[in-house]
Amino acid sequence: MELIGKKFNFVSKNKLKELEQLSQVQGTDQNNDSYIKTVLKRFFKDKVATVSLIIFLLIVLAAVLAPIIAPYSPSKSVGYFEAAPSGKFLLGTDDVGRDVLSRLIYGSQASLTVGILSVLIYAAIGTTLGLLSGFLGGFWDSVIMRITDVFMSFPYFIVILVVVSLIGPGLWTVTFAIGFLNWPVLCRLVRGEVMKLRKVDYVQAAVASGYNTFQITFKHIFPNTLGIILVNMTFGIATSIITEASLSFLGAGVQPPTPSWGNLMSDAQSINVLANEYWQWLPPGIMILLAVLSINFVGDGLRRAVEGK
Amino acid sequence: MGTPIIQVKNLQKFYNAGKLSEVRAIDDVSFDVFQGETFGIAGESGSGKTTTGKLIMKLEDITGGSIEFLGKNIHEIKSRKETLQFRKNIQMIFQDPFASLNPRLTIKEIIGGPLELHHMVSSKKERDKRVGELLEEVGLSANFAERYPTEFSGGQCQRIDIARAIALKPKIIIADEAISALDVSIQAQIVNLMRKLKREVGLTYIFIAHDLSMVKYISDRIAVMNRGKVLELGDSETLYRHPLHPYTKSLLSAVPIANPITEKNRKRIIYNPDQHQYKDNDECGLFEIGDKHYVYCSKQEIEGYKRQLNNELTKS
Repeated sequence: MELIGKKFNFVSKNKLKELEQLSQVQGTDQNNDSYIKTVLKRFFKDKVATVSLIIFLLIVLAAVLAPIIAPYSPSKSVGYFEAAPSGKFLLGTDDVGRDVLSRLIYGSQASLTVGILSVLIYAAIGTTLGLLSGFLGGFWDSVIMRITDVFMSFPYFIVILVVVSLIGPGLWTVTFAIGFLNWPVLCRLVRGEVMKLRKVDYVQAAVASGYNTFQITFKHIFPNTLGIILVNMTFGIATSIITEASLSFLGAGVQPPTPSWGNLMSDAQSINVLANEYWQWLPPGIMILLAVLSINFVGDGLRRAVEGK
Repeated sequence: MGTPIIQVKNLQKFYNAGKLSEVRAIDDVSFDVFQGETFGIAGESGSGKTTTGKLIMKLEDITGGSIEFLGKNIHEIKSRKETLQFRKNIQMIFQDPFASLNPRLTIKEIIGGPLELHHMVSSKKERDKRVGELLEEVGLSANFAERYPTEFSGGQCQRIDIARAIALKPKIIIADEAISALDVSIQAQIVNLMRKLKREVGLTYIFIAHDLSMVKYISDRIAVMNRGKVLELGDSETLYRHPLHPYTKSLLSAVPIANPITEKNRKRIIYNPDQHQYKDNDECGLFEIGDKHYVYCSKQEIEGYKRQLNNELTKS
C-alpha cells in the first residue's frame, strides 16, 4: 500500500511540476511586449535561424577585424609558392606565394560590402518607388509599374556585364550595378502591400481621423511594410553575394589583387589548381556556401517571426 | 424631432458601373438622421449597410445622389481646412476591434495623434494627460497608453477604438457593427458605454448591425436594408410591434426569444424577394404608411399596407 501510495505521490508530483511549467510557459506567452520584442522572441525560438545568425555575425566580425586576425598580408608574398596547408600556413599559399587564409579573411570584406551595400541601395530605391506607386495610384502608379516591367525584362546578368565592361570592373561598379538593377521585385512587393493595407480598417481609421495621404502612407502604412522589406533584404544579401562571386569568377567583378571570394575561386579555372590544389578554391567555395546558407536561414526565420507562424 | 444632422438623398453606389459585373451596393437610398438620436441600420450581410456608413464617412466615392452633413454636401468638401473640419465632427467605430488599431503605434499615438492633428492639445504633456482621461472615460486604465494594441483583448481594443472616436468630440459617431465581433457579455458593456456617452455628451449615433434585437435596444429609429435599398423605416418601437414589409417580418422572426415556451413556437418567416414581382413601369419607393413609418413598395401596394397596419392597430 505504501509503495503504491509513494508511486502515486511520485506521479502526481511530476504531473504537478509539468502543470506548473505549462502554466509558466503560457504565462510568458501572454503578449506583454512591443511588436519588435515579440518578433525577436519568435526568431530566437528558431534554433536553426539563431545558429545561422551567429555564423553570419562571425563572418561579419572576421571581415571587420581582418587586419587584426589575418596572419599575413593578403597581397604580399610569403616566400612559399603553392604550398599545401601546414601549421604555418593553415590554408596553404597560392601561385604567387600569398597566404590563402589571409586572402580569404580579407575577401569577406569585398563580398560582404557588395552584398550589403547593393541591397541597401536597391532597398532604398524599391521601397521609395513602391510606396510612391501605391500612394499616388492612378497615372503615376502606371508609370512606375511600367518602368518596373522594363527593368524586370532586362537579362539582368548580361546588363551587369555590359555596364561593367563600359565603366570598368571593380568593387563599386558591381555594387552599384546590382543596386540599381535589383529594385523592381521589392518595389512591386511594397506597392502590393501598400495597396493591401490601404483597405485595412486602421488605415481607414487614419483617413477618418483626417490625416492626409502622405501622413497615412509614411506614418501608418510604411511601418507595417518593414517586416517584408527586411525579409526581402536578407535574401537579397545572399543573392548579391552570389552575383558578386559569379562576376568576379568571370573577371568582371572585384579585381585582383583585392581579394573576394569570387575571384579567389577563379584560380580554379586552371586545371592544375582544380585537380591538385584544393586549398585554393575549396575554402572560398565553402565560405560562399556558409554565408549564403546562413543568410537564407536567417531570412526564413525572420519571415516566420514577422508572419507569426 | 430636431434638425437633421445628416441628409441622405437618393444615394447610389455602384461597383464596376456599366460593366457586366456591375454591383448595385446602394440603390436609391434616402433618409435623415436627426441631432441627438440613435439611428439604427439593420440588414443581412451584403445589404449595403456598411457601404452606407463608409459613404457617409467619405471613405468611398459616391456614384449618385448626395449626402449632406449639417446642410453641406460632403462631396463638395475639397479644401484641407474643410476636410479637417468635417473629419473632426464625424467619427467611426469599426467592426473588427483588432484590425482597426495600427499594430505599430502605441495607444498614446493612436488616440493622441488625431488630437495633435486637429490642434486640440498644445503640448505633448497635455496630449498625454488627455489620452489618460479618455482611457479612463471608456473604463480603461490610464497607464495603458504606453502599450501596443496587440497586448489587449477584443473588448479592450473596442474601448480604445471608442476612445479614439470620442477624442475629437465629434457631433456624430457611426458604429459599424461595433459590437458584432465581441462576446455577448462585452457587447452589453460596450452598448451601455455608448449610451452613457450619448447621455453625457449628447452624441448622435448611426448604429449599423445585423442583430435586430440589439439595434432595437439602442436605436430610436431604424432603417431596414436589403439588397442596397431601405425597405422599411420607422420608430424602433413601431417597427418592432407592427412590421409591415415581409423582409422586416422575416428578420424579426429570426430573433430568438428568451422564453422557452414562446421560443418553441417561434416560426421563421422566409423572405423571398421574388414575391413582389414589380413590373418595370411600377413606381416603387419609400411611401409613408403610418405616422413616420415608411415602407418600400409600389404605388398599388400602399393601400394594402395601410389596411394591414390599421387592422393591427385596432387589434392591439
